Amino acid sequence: MPDQVLFAIEVTLNGLMAGVLYALVALGFVLIFKASGVFNYAQGVMALFAALTLVGIMEGQVPFGHLINVMFGTEIHGFGWEVPALAAIFLTMVVMVFFAWAVNRVVLRHLVNQAPIILFMATIGLAYFLEGVGDLMWGSDIRTLDVGLPQGINEWIDGVTYRALGYGFFIDNLDLVATVIAALLVTGLVLFSQYTKQGRALRAVADDHQAALSVGISLNFIWVLVWSIAGFVALVAGIMWGAKSGVQFSLSLIALKALPVLMLGGFTSIPGAIIGGLIIGVGEKLFEFLAGPALGGATENWFAYVLALLFLVFRPQGLFGEKIIERV
Amino acid sequence: MTGSGAGPAGDAPPTVPQRGVLPDGAHITADGRTIGPTLMDMRNITLRFGGVEAIKNISFDIREGEIRAIIGPNGAGKSSMLNVISGFYVPQEGEVWFRGAKRPPMKPFQVARLGIARTFQNIALFEGMSVLDNVMTGRLTQMNAGLLAQAVWWGKAQREEVENRERVERVIDFLEIQHIRKTPVGRLPYGLKKRVELARALAAEPKLLLLDEPMAGMNVEEKEDMSRFILDVNDEFGTTIALIEHDMGVVMDLSDRVVVMDYGRKIGDGTPDEVRGNQDVIDAYLGVAHD
Repeated sequence: MPDQVLFAIEVTLNGLMAGVLYALVALGFVLIFKASGVFNYAQGVMALFAALTLVGIMEGQVPFGHLINVMFGTEIHGFGWEVPALAAIFLTMVVMVFFAWAVNRVVLRHLVNQAPIILFMATIGLAYFLEGVGDLMWGSDIRTLDVGLPQGINEWIDGVTYRALGYGFFIDNLDLVATVIAALLVTGLVLFSQYTKQGRALRAVADDHQAALSVGISLNFIWVLVWSIAGFVALVAGIMWGAKSGVQFSLSLIALKALPVLMLGGFTSIPGAIIGGLIIGVGEKLFEFLAGPALGGATENWFAYVLALLFLVFRPQGLFGEKIIERV
Repeated sequence: MTGSGAGPAGDAPPTVPQRGVLPDGAHITADGRTIGPTLMDMRNITLRFGGVEAIKNISFDIREGEIRAIIGPNGAGKSSMLNVISGFYVPQEGEVWFRGAKRPPMKPFQVARLGIARTFQNIALFEGMSVLDNVMTGRLTQMNAGLLAQAVWWGKAQREEVENRERVERVIDFLEIQHIRKTPVGRLPYGLKKRVELARALAAEPKLLLLDEPMAGMNVEEKEDMSRFILDVNDEFGTTIALIEHDMGVVMDLSDRVVVMDYGRKIGDGTPDEVRGNQDVIDAYLGVAHD
């Protein structure tokens, strides 16, 4: 096979892996949107906040340390211990559940029956608030996150492809792990929503609030539950992105990349979020490879948005979204 | 079926004693069903929306085992009354007594957990889910295995699931919807959707079943089917039923006792025969010149 083709295949594979990460963020959006009709602009910031909290806990950093020092003139920086990764992940999850509860208690409960745009604005506010809290709690430095995931080139794939094709594929171990974890996560979510009582209640609420109330489902409980799950998905996304490119505040911008993914996949479809993510991932890498040189490069910055725009024109409900039918 | 003959409004003893009079006004109807003591007692309910009084100082009771109808012309406040019973509206005045205790103001989901199931006039089903899944949601209040238990203790969760499935299958058989159990509800015709909604409510084994216009928008044949199901449910499961209809004919054949509402007021309460002869009711339905 000519080298160009092999290289294109490698680019496609890498695109798939990048797409998995987009899909992870998009998944968080879909979960909340399906269950409560809220477009949660803060999903990206939740991923950032989760990653920051995880690093902070692992390194034994004192939350709000800087604030405390300024207010009381103390010099506290750390607890002086380190928390193992698994325990820290668990603790971070506790924080995310608390966050889910607080969002519902303080914000969403007071906005029941408001127009979607109002809820959307509320989540924009939430995003900035959470970003500020993250900064205040853990500081604004770029942090490295190492929860022990393998990184770097996968020698085995490199070796096998080199012997078979005479061209070694560069696949990052971290991307492989991310793919496996994403697959597990989605499987888990599907099992949860199909086979547990809470999952059934979740689907019921996503379908019809009034009917859900009439069979004894507490909407508040379900919303806290779904925000917690979204928090968990954000944590997983935060770990992956954080391990890949460090925990920094630009992490919240990956939320913007999730938007075109949602345009493609539809806002209400979990498989849609996955496939939308993969299409965007592969699309932008291949497009850069094929057309980048002719267009002067950096197409990855805009390709996803243009693709989303095309979808908005020709198929506004996305690939898997519910068809928009207006009865007159 | 003939009316049971429990007296008009409230605690008065039945006017015509049936085969046997039991304590607390309980009695046995001519067709052999047992009407028990008061299950639900609405006392001086008033409901306002801003300046509009949808329900004006209405009292009535529902006895265990009976079919109780609330009828009246459009806009009489029937649906509002049903929404008060099921907790969707909280009345400004009055008390709701259920099973001998005063019910504090509650959210609809809490009312559902008390054992009050309902259907809706405009059908509120989970359109994306199959018929079976829809009916299973009716069992949510009966499932006690926690999330962890469901994940770890497969034993208990499984047993519970099997029990629930048995009840659900019985209801599905009963309402003759076996052939569509795997069909997504969104694809069903209107009449069947109404039946699925009834099945979901029944699956909860409710102590009180509220039906909001169960026959609205149905053709004659579907109405007859639905009437038969309502009677059978009451007979077979002993379920207490309160239903709303504005079609007089259907209601009169179906119910033991009828409350008639007009412009938010109660204008009649009694057996179908008593109500039929009530001049106010005749006026409300046929229309008279109001002075």
